[in-house]
Amino acid sequence: MAISSEIIEQLKSICGPENVLTEKEDLIPYSFDGTAEIKQLPGCVLYASIVEVIQEVLKFANEKHCPVVTRGSGTGLSGGSVPVEDCWVLCTVRMDKILEVDADNMTLMTEPGVTTLKISEAAEKVGLFYPPDPGSMKISTIGGNVAENSGGLRGLKYGVTRNYIMGLELVLASGKRCWYGNKCVKDVAGYSMKDVFIGSEGTLGVITKVLLKLIPMPAAKKTMVAGFSKMDQAAEAVTAIIAAKVIPCTLEFLDRMTIQCVEDFTHIGLPLDCDALLLMETDGHAAVVAEEAEVMERICHDHGCTEFRIAGNSEEALKLASARRTAFSALARVSPTTILEDVTVPRTELASMVRFIQEVAERYKLKIGIFGHMGDGNLHPTFLTDERNKEEIHRVHQAFEEIFTETIRIGGTITGEHGIGLAKKDYLVQAMGDVSVEVMRKLRTVLDPNNILNPGKIFD
Amino acid sequence: MQPIPLSITPAASHLKGLDYSVVQQCMHCGLCLPTCPTYDDTKLERNSPRGRISLMRAIADGKLDPGKVFAEEMSFCLGCLACMTSCPAGVNYAELFEHARAEVEESGVMKSPFRKLIRFVTMGWLFQDLRRMQWLGRLIRFYRNSGLLSLVQQSGILKMLPQRLQYLEKLTPVIQPAFSNELIEPVSPAVGEKRYRVAMLTGCAQDIIFSDVNRDTVEVLQEYGCEVITPASQFCCGSLHGHNGEWEQAKDLARKQIDLFPPAAFDAIISNAAGCGSHLKHYSSLLSDDPEYLERAREWDRKLKDIHEWLVEIGPLEIDGEAAAEMTVGYHEACHLCHGQKITSQPRTLLKSVPNLKLVEIPESNWCCGSAGVYNVTQPEMATKLLKRKIGHIRETGADILATGNPGCMLHIQNGLNQAEMPIKVVHPISLLAQAFRERNSSKNDK
Repeated sequence: MAISSEIIEQLKSICGPENVLTEKEDLIPYSFDGTAEIKQLPGCVLYASIVEVIQEVLKFANEKHCPVVTRGSGTGLSGGSVPVEDCWVLCTVRMDKILEVDADNMTLMTEPGVTTLKISEAAEKVGLFYPPDPGSMKISTIGGNVAENSGGLRGLKYGVTRNYIMGLELVLASGKRCWYGNKCVKDVAGYSMKDVFIGSEGTLGVITKVLLKLIPMPAAKKTMVAGFSKMDQAAEAVTAIIAAKVIPCTLEFLDRMTIQCVEDFTHIGLPLDCDALLLMETDGHAAVVAEEAEVMERICHDHGCTEFRIAGNSEEALKLASARRTAFSALARVSPTTILEDVTVPRTELASMVRFIQEVAERYKLKIGIFGHMGDGNLHPTFLTDERNKEEIHRVHQAFEEIFTETIRIGGTITGEHGIGLAKKDYLVQAMGDVSVEVMRKLRTVLDPNNILNPGKIFD
Repeated sequence: MQPIPLSITPAASHLKGLDYSVVQQCMHCGLCLPTCPTYDDTKLERNSPRGRISLMRAIADGKLDPGKVFAEEMSFCLGCLACMTSCPAGVNYAELFEHARAEVEESGVMKSPFRKLIRFVTMGWLFQDLRRMQWLGRLIRFYRNSGLLSLVQQSGILKMLPQRLQYLEKLTPVIQPAFSNELIEPVSPAVGEKRYRVAMLTGCAQDIIFSDVNRDTVEVLQEYGCEVITPASQFCCGSLHGHNGEWEQAKDLARKQIDLFPPAAFDAIISNAAGCGSHLKHYSSLLSDDPEYLERAREWDRKLKDIHEWLVEIGPLEIDGEAAAEMTVGYHEACHLCHGQKITSQPRTLLKSVPNLKLVEIPESNWCCGSAGVYNVTQPEMATKLLKRKIGHIRETGADILATGNPGCMLHIQNGLNQAEMPIKVVHPISLLAQAFRERNSSKNDK
C-alpha cells in the first residue's frame, strides 16, 4: 500500500515540494542504515530545515495515523532509523547549524543535524572538549547521538552522550514543542525528563535542539599500543590497570582478525603477529599522564605483552584512534556481510566473556572478529558471514542468542551503545524483565497514543 | 590501500553480470558520506556513494530498472573516487561506477540522435587516434589566432547562443603552437649514465593543450637517467570511453596501446595525466576475458607509472643551484592521482626538491575541483560550485603558482582563477622540475 496522493500533496505544501521525495530511486537509498540485514523501503522521504515544519509534519501524521521515522545520517547499528512500511522518513541533516558556543558557561547549543565531528571541532576552537566520539563521528549527527545515547572510545573515563546533555528541545507526536533543561549545573526541578528522551530511539519525540555540556580540554595525553600473544592476557591487563586505580580515557582492544583488516586499510604499522592488541590513551595533567602511562606500561609488561609502543606525537596518536574507528567497516573486507553486536559486561567478567564468545563462534563454525571498548566492558563481536547463505545466517543468530543469554546471566547488558532498535528487541524482556518493559510501554503510549513515532522499534 | 580487485565477466547486463559479493561489499556504514562532494552539497542519499551503490544493487537484484533517473544519477557522480579513499571495507567503486555507466548506455534510456552523434564524434572518432585530435587542435588554434575568437566575442553573436553554448565557448582552450611529436624526438637519450628505458604516453588533451608538459616530462626523465621512447603517433588510453560506458571501445584501445608499447621492452611506461594513469593501470581487469592479451596487460599494469610515482621510486634527485626567484606554490591533488592511484606524498616530495620553492598546503587539497573528465561540460552547475570552493581555498594560501598533475584540473582551475581575476598560474609539478633543471644547466654552462 503506497501513500495516497492527497497526503503527498499535503506534505509538499508543508515541507515545500522539493523536500518531499517519492521516486523509487530516491527511496531505495533510505531503505537501510548502518545495520546489516535489515531493509525496508519507506513511503516517502521528507527534509525539514526548521522546527515549525517538523511540528506541522507530526501534527499531520498524528491526524492521519501515519508512521514517522526520524533520521540523521543513517549510521546507526541497531536498525533505529530503518524505515517501517509506508512510513515517512523525516531527515534532519539540513538542520546543521551550531547556534551558540558559550565558552564561559562551557555549553554549546546546536541544531540536530550537525555532525559529532563539527561539534568536537567547535568546542576545541575555544579550548574546550566534547568527549563522546562514536566510530562514525565524522558523519553521525548529534540528534542521532542523543536518540541512540551513543558511546565511543572515551566512554570509560568520560561516559556517553547522556552525560553531556544539559537541555533538549523536542517536538512531540502531537506536533507540540517543549524544552527541558538549561545552562545550570544544578537543576532538580521536576522529573529528569530529558533523560527519558535520551536514548529513546525516535519513539518519544523528535529532537530539534540540543544544549551540550563541554569540559576543559585535557592539558596532555599519551597514546600507547600493546600487543599480546593471548587474548586472556590483554583482558587481564585491562582489569589490572583499573584495579591499580588508573582510569585511562581509552582502553580499546582488537583481535587478530580485526588487526589485520584495520592494517590492510590504514597501513599504519600495527603489530600483526599478536592475538590481541590494546590501544590505550591517558589524558589530563601532564604529571598525571606521565605517571599513569608508566603504570600502564608496567602492567602490560607484567601480563606478557610482546610489543609496546608509545605514539611519538599527536599526529600518530590521532592516526591510531582513527584507525580503531574504522574497525567495524574494515572487517567487511573479509566477507560480504558483517553482523556486529555490542554486549557489555562488568569489567571483572571480561576475560571469561571473550573466551565464551570465541568458544561459541568455534562451536557454530563461524568466522568472527572481536574488538571493542575493553575498558568499559563493551565488546563488539562481529560475525563475518554472507546474508545469502541462509543456513549460516541461522547459525549466526543462534550464536548471538547464546551470547546474549550468557551476557544477561553474568550481569551484563545486551547493548552498551548501539541501542535496541529492531536488531535486539527480541531480547529486551529477557534483559530487563516484564515489569520494567511494561512501564516503558505505558510511558510511550502516553506520549505517542497513536503509535506514529518509529513504531515497532525497541518493543512492540 | 589497494581496492579489492574485481573479477567481472560482463554478461548481458553489466550490473547483473557482476560478482555479487562486489555489490555486497558495501555494508552501508556511511563513512563515505562526508567525503562525497555531491552529497556534501545536496545532503541527499541518492547523491552519495552508498546511495548510488544501493541503486546499482537494486538493479543487480532485478528490483529496479535502469531508467532515466538512474542514468542522471550516474552522470551526476563526479567519479572523483574520494569515497574509495575513505572506505574501510575496500569497495571498488571505480569499477562499479564504470559498469553502471555502461549499463546506462546499453539500456538506451538516454538515447537521442544528438547525443548519439556527439558520442560518436568524440569517443568513436576523435578520441581514438591522436592525429585527429591534432587536427582539431589546429582548427581551434586558427579560431583563436586568426582573430576570429575576439571577433566572435566582440560581435555579440555569442549572446544569441543558448546559455549552455556560451558556457562551452568560454571553455575553449588555448592550443599549443607545437604538438608533442614536434617537440619530442622518438628516442631521447638519458643525461649521463642510462639507468632505465621508459615509454612516454603523450595523451590526448595533454598533447594539444599541454604539449609543453610532455616535453618537460621527457626532459626530467632524461635528467633522471632514463632513455625515453616517445612514438610520434599514439592512441587514446581509453579512459574517456571506460568512464562513459563505452566498454568495447575502451578494450580495443587498450589492446592497441599494448601493441604499440610492448611492456616487456620497458622498465616503466609513463603517464603524466592523472585521469589517464588511473585508467591505464587497470588494463588487466578490462581485458580479463581476453586470454591473448591478459598476461601482457598484467605486465603493463605493473609497469605503468605516474610520472611522480616513478621519479620518487628511482630518486628523488636533489636539484642543486639557485632558482631565479623564490616562488610560493600550492598543490592541488588531482582526484585520480590521490584517490584513483593513492599518490599523495610523491608530488610534494618532488616539488620540495626544487630550489627556492616554498610549498604551501591548500585546505581540502584532495577535494574535487569539478573538472572530472567531461563533468564541467555535462554538469556545469555542480562543476562551477566546486570550482568556486577550490578557488576560495587557493586564495587563502597566498600562493603565486598552483601545481597539479592533471590536464583537466589545470584547465578548469586556470579558468576559475582567470574569472576571479587572480594572477596565479597553473602548472604541472613536472614543469617546475624541468624549469629548475634548465636553470641549473644554464648556470653551469655560464660558469
